[in-house]
Amino acid sequence: MILIEKGHIIDPAQGIDGTGDVLIENGKIKSVSIISKEQRAESKSPPPPPSPSRGEGKGEGESLSPAHRIINAEGMFVIPGLIDMHVHLREPGFEYKETIKTGTGAAIKGGFTTVCCMPNTFPINDNASVTEFIIRKSLEGLCTVLPIGAITKGQKGEELVEMGTMRDQGCIAFSDDGRPVMNSLIMRRALEYSKAFGLPIISHCEDLTLSEDGVMSEGLLSMTLGLRGIPAEAEQIMVFRDILLAELARGKLHIAHVSTEGSVKLIREAKKKGVNVTAETCPHYFTLTEDAVRNYDTNAKVNPPLRTKRDIEAIKEGLKDGTIDVIATDHAPHHRDEKLKEFDLAPSGISGLETALGLSMKLVDEGVLSMNQLVEKMSLNPSRILGLLTPRDSSHVTAPKGTFAAGADADVTIVDASKEVKVEASRFLSRGKNTPFDGWVLKGIPVITISKGRIHEWQ
Amino acid sequence: MLNRKDLIGIKELSVEDMNLILDTAAGFKDVLGRDIKKVPTLRGKTAVNLFFEPSTRTRTSFELAAKRLSTDVINFSVPTSSFVKGESLIDTALTVQALGADFIIIRHSSAGVPHLLAQKLRASVINAGDGTNEHPTQALLDAFTIKEKKGNIEGLDIAIVGDIMHSRVAKSNIYSLTKLGAKIRLIGPPTLIPGEIEEIGVGVFHSMEAGLKDVDVVMMLRIQMERQSKGFFPSTEEYSKNWGLTPERLSVARDDVIVMHPGPMNRGIEISSEIADGPRSVILEQVTNGLAVRMAVMYLLAGVKR
Repeated sequence: MILIEKGHIIDPAQGIDGTGDVLIENGKIKSVSIISKEQRAESKSPPPPPSPSRGEGKGEGESLSPAHRIINAEGMFVIPGLIDMHVHLREPGFEYKETIKTGTGAAIKGGFTTVCCMPNTFPINDNASVTEFIIRKSLEGLCTVLPIGAITKGQKGEELVEMGTMRDQGCIAFSDDGRPVMNSLIMRRALEYSKAFGLPIISHCEDLTLSEDGVMSEGLLSMTLGLRGIPAEAEQIMVFRDILLAELARGKLHIAHVSTEGSVKLIREAKKKGVNVTAETCPHYFTLTEDAVRNYDTNAKVNPPLRTKRDIEAIKEGLKDGTIDVIATDHAPHHRDEKLKEFDLAPSGISGLETALGLSMKLVDEGVLSMNQLVEKMSLNPSRILGLLTPRDSSHVTAPKGTFAAGADADVTIVDASKEVKVEASRFLSRGKNTPFDGWVLKGIPVITISKGRIHEWQ
Repeated sequence: MLNRKDLIGIKELSVEDMNLILDTAAGFKDVLGRDIKKVPTLRGKTAVNLFFEPSTRTRTSFELAAKRLSTDVINFSVPTSSFVKGESLIDTALTVQALGADFIIIRHSSAGVPHLLAQKLRASVINAGDGTNEHPTQALLDAFTIKEKKGNIEGLDIAIVGDIMHSRVAKSNIYSLTKLGAKIRLIGPPTLIPGEIEEIGVGVFHSMEAGLKDVDVVMMLRIQMERQSKGFFPSTEEYSKNWGLTPERLSVARDDVIVMHPGPMNRGIEISSEIADGPRSVILEQVTNGLAVRMAVMYLLAGVKR
C-alpha cells in the first residue's frame, strides 16, 4: 500500500486538477481523494521546498516496494505516468546502443512508465516471435514496454506483416519508422487492414526520393555548411499523402515527429475535415533550430531535421490548439563512436528520454501549455491513441494507463516543477549519451516515478 | 602571423587574414621565380596529405609547396590506407598525427571533416576541399591571381559559371571575393544554383549573354558528368550549348577580361579550347600561384605557438 499525499494531482481523463491523495494497492490505483480544488495558483506562489519522505535504506535509483509507504508530495505535481509512444530500445540486435533494460531505466528516470518501441531492430519486429522476444525481455525492464510492429515485412514497403498475430502477441501499433512506405497502394492497404484490429498506423512522413541523401534542413544554412538539405516539402508531401490515404481508407493514422509548419497546417485542416488522424512532435522540434548543427554537431543530427524558428512557433501553436496531440521523444540512442564521425555518415537521432519532461515543462513555463495540457500530451493522449485507456483483451496490457481511475495500473510520476537540474549526458542511464542538450539547465524534474506500484526515486 | 591554428574555410577568415596570406604569397612567388626554388623556412616540419578523395592537382600542389619550404611530406590517400579496412576518420587522423605531422592537409567528400579534425588534433589542419563546403586555398590562389592581373579586387564584376550548387570552389570564391569587395554574379542552370544564394548578396543569371556583360573576370567551373544522370541537366550537349564559354559569348565582357578555371577542364563542354588557350586565359598562372599561396598558408600557420 502506497499513499501519495498532499500532491497537486492532475488527471485529465477524470477532470481532476487539485490537491489530494492517491492511494495505491497491489500495483493498481485504489482511489484518489481531492482535498481542495486548485485555484490556478500553481505558478503564483512557489510551493514549499520538496521533502518527499524516505523509506528505509536505499541508494540512488534503487527501487523497493515496502508494504506501507507514505510519500509526501506537497508542492509537487502528481500525474499519471508518462507514456512515450516513440522510442528506439535497440534490442534485439543493437545492444551496444541500448538494451531494453537500460532504455527502460532511462525512461523511468525521465518520468516515463510506458514506452513504445519502434521495430527497426535486428531482426526487425515484423513477426510475432520478435514481438514475443521483446515482451519477454521487457519483464526485466523497469517500465512497461509496448512494441510497435513493422507495417511491412523487413520494412521493405512491399508485403504487410501479420498484424493480427502480432497484435495478439502484444503489438499496439504498426510503423515502418524511418523507412516510410513509399508505395501508396501498400500504405492504403495497411490503413485499411489495420482497422480490423483497431490499431493505428504510425507514419514517419518523408518522401525519400525528395529528401534523397540530405542530412539537415534545406536552406541558407545547409548551403553555407555545404551539407545536403532536406526540404520541408519532403515531410509535407507524405503528410498530405497519408492524410488523403487515411481518408480514403477510413483508417487510423498517427503522424510521427512533426517538424514543419506546413505539416501542422495540413494536419489541422485534416482534423477539421474529420479525418481520423493524430500527430506527435518531439521536444527537440519545439526547442532547437537548425542552428544547432552549425558547427557540424552530429548530436543535433536528427531525422526529420531540425528546422527554423518559424517551424518551432507553428509547432507550439499546434500543441496549444490541439493539432498536435502528443509529445514523444523519438529516443534514438547511438554509440559514441557512431556519432564521432563525418556529419554525412553519423546516424540520426537524439537520446531523449531523460530530457523530455524538463524540455516540455518549458512550454508550461512559457504559457504555451497548461500543466493539464502537458499531461494530456505526455500521458492521456498517447494512452487514448493506443487504446490503453480501456484496454481490450490483450496478453500484455491488462489495466488502464494514462489515468488515475480506480483499477488503473499504478503508474505515477511525481514532478517537482521548481527544481532545476543540469543535464549531464555522461550520467544518462541510457547507453546513448547523444544529446544536444548536454549542459543545459532544465526546470521541472521527475523526482519519483512509480511503475505498476514499484517506486523509483532520485535525489 | 595568422592568429589561428588551422585553415578551415574562407568563412572563418577576416579580410586582414586574407590580405596577410596574399601579401606573404607574393614574397614566395618571387622565390619560385628564382633558380633555386627552395627555402629552409620550415625545415624539420612534417606535412601529411590526408586525402580521402582522389586528387592529383591539389595534392601535388601542396606536396610541392611543402617541399619548397623544406618540409617533409607524406601522402596518405584512401586506396592505400587502412580506412578501407574500417578504421574511423578520427583514428586515421590521430595515427597520422602520432607520426609527427605538424600539418594535416585534408580532403574529404564530407563537409565539416576539417572542422572535426581541427577540434581533435594538435596539428594544423588545412582544408584542401571538404564536400560541397569550401576549398579555401583555391579561393586564395584565385584572389591572388586576380589581384596580380587587376591590381585590386574591390569593385570588380566577377562571374562564376557552372555548377555552383556542388562546387566548394565557387563557395569559397564567393566568400572571399565578396569580402574583398568584388561584385559576384552566378551563371548556370537553375538546377545548379541554390535558391537561397541570392540572400547572401550575389546576382543570379541563367543566360550567359546577360550574365557576362561587362564583367572583369570569368571563373569557369568544371561540370561533373554524373550530374546529368541525377537530373540536373538533360545532356552535356545541351549544357554546353547554353552555358559553355565560347569566344562569341566572351565578347560581351570587358576587353581586358580574364578567364579562370580551377581545373581539370572539360574542353569543348564548359570551355572552348580557343578560350582556354587564348590570350584572356590565366589558367596556368593559377596553378603556379597555387604553390605560392599554399607555401604562404603553411608558413603563416607554422608561426602560431602551440
